[in-house]
Amino acid sequence: MGSRIQIAAIGFALLVLVGVFELVRRRRLRERYALLWMAAALVMLVLAIWKHLLSTLSSAVGIATPSNALFVVALAFVLLLLLHFSVSVSRLADQNRVLAQRLALLEERTRTGEPAPQEQEDPEREADRMPTG
Amino acid sequence: MRDDAFNHRNSGREPTFPSGVERGSGRLLAVVPAYNEAGAVAQVVRALRERAPDFDVIVVDDGSTDDTATRARAAGATVVKLPFNLGIGGAVQAGFVYALEHGYDYVAQVDGDGQHEPAELEKLLDAMLSGPGVDMVCGSRFITADYRYPAPISRRTGIHVFAFVLTRIVGQPISDPTSGFRLYNSRAIALFARDYPHDYPEVEAILMVHAHRLRMAEVPVRMHVRDSGRSSIGKTHSLYYMIKVSLALLAGLMRRRAVVEPGEPAPVSSAH
Repeated sequence: MGSRIQIAAIGFALLVLVGVFELVRRRRLRERYALLWMAAALVMLVLAIWKHLLSTLSSAVGIATPSNALFVVALAFVLLLLLHFSVSVSRLADQNRVLAQRLALLEERTRTGEPAPQEQEDPEREADRMPTG
Repeated sequence: MRDDAFNHRNSGREPTFPSGVERGSGRLLAVVPAYNEAGAVAQVVRALRERAPDFDVIVVDDGSTDDTATRARAAGATVVKLPFNLGIGGAVQAGFVYALEHGYDYVAQVDGDGQHEPAELEKLLDAMLSGPGVDMVCGSRFITADYRYPAPISRRTGIHVFAFVLTRIVGQPISDPTSGFRLYNSRAIALFARDYPHDYPEVEAILMVHAHRLRMAEVPVRMHVRDSGRSSIGKTHSLYYMIKVSLALLAGLMRRRAVVEPGEPAPVSSAH
């Protein structure tokens, strides 16, 4: 791998690391999501600096040009991040649905002045399971 | 307010649990975050009402899928039921916002799993009222010489590493930074109602208190082994916990202010 592409790769990885950290510092990015980006950047950094590891890795999986192995690793991380985001978006969509439903029910209740529903209480079962107290 | 409490504290020491009326120390709220703690939460609420009767009790049900909320209500607590799981940070912060909206002067945080002893709240309150300007009091498992805390070695190592780092950052000995047995005054309540860490909040909260020139104290307490339920930190999450909190501490150190102040830009406004 040429030294120019090596420098470019190192620079890019460092840029990602610093950028992600800065986003966390400014509260634009939660630590949970920053960590995956930082892991990706760190691996890229290690592979870019440690040429020998990269060439060992690329010959092990049969990639002729080591720099291509770097791209493969980067691509793998991008796919992983995308999957991670899909999972997050799914969870957010679920939470959003629940919030919308709860808000609509609450709105209806305040409009009609209906009191909050009482929870069905089963005092016997409570007494069974909690003998002390 | 704090001076009043301090003066009153000097006027006489009572051996029994201080009555809010006698000490004039303001309204007290115990916030109990609980996530799927149906087996323990009722006992926690009852213990609080028996052994810390001056505290109103609010259980924040963090989106439990079992009947945690029903049992807590049956045991006599006010229950705020979150529509889905926010994590311990979001649940506790809901308690701070509740305390702020209802004008409480002190908030105690007591875990919903029964590992904290409500009678020990008296020690926390004593430390809060005896030292001028103490805004947060943490119960520590590690101050007494004969402590026994049966936790896996990895967990204890993590706690002590953060204790070491925090001690150097804040310039006062911190022995148990992950303890969730805490008492906050109105300044700390207002701060954390604005901004409180998400995932594993306790360690970062200490840094936030320090960055905002609030003061904290630690008092020795005993903790029980968990009765039921699961810790919020599983074995597989220990490594994530360490890394996440380390990153959060580092980012927190690089911030001019650890908490969003009024007028500063923030992605989400939590309270008010």
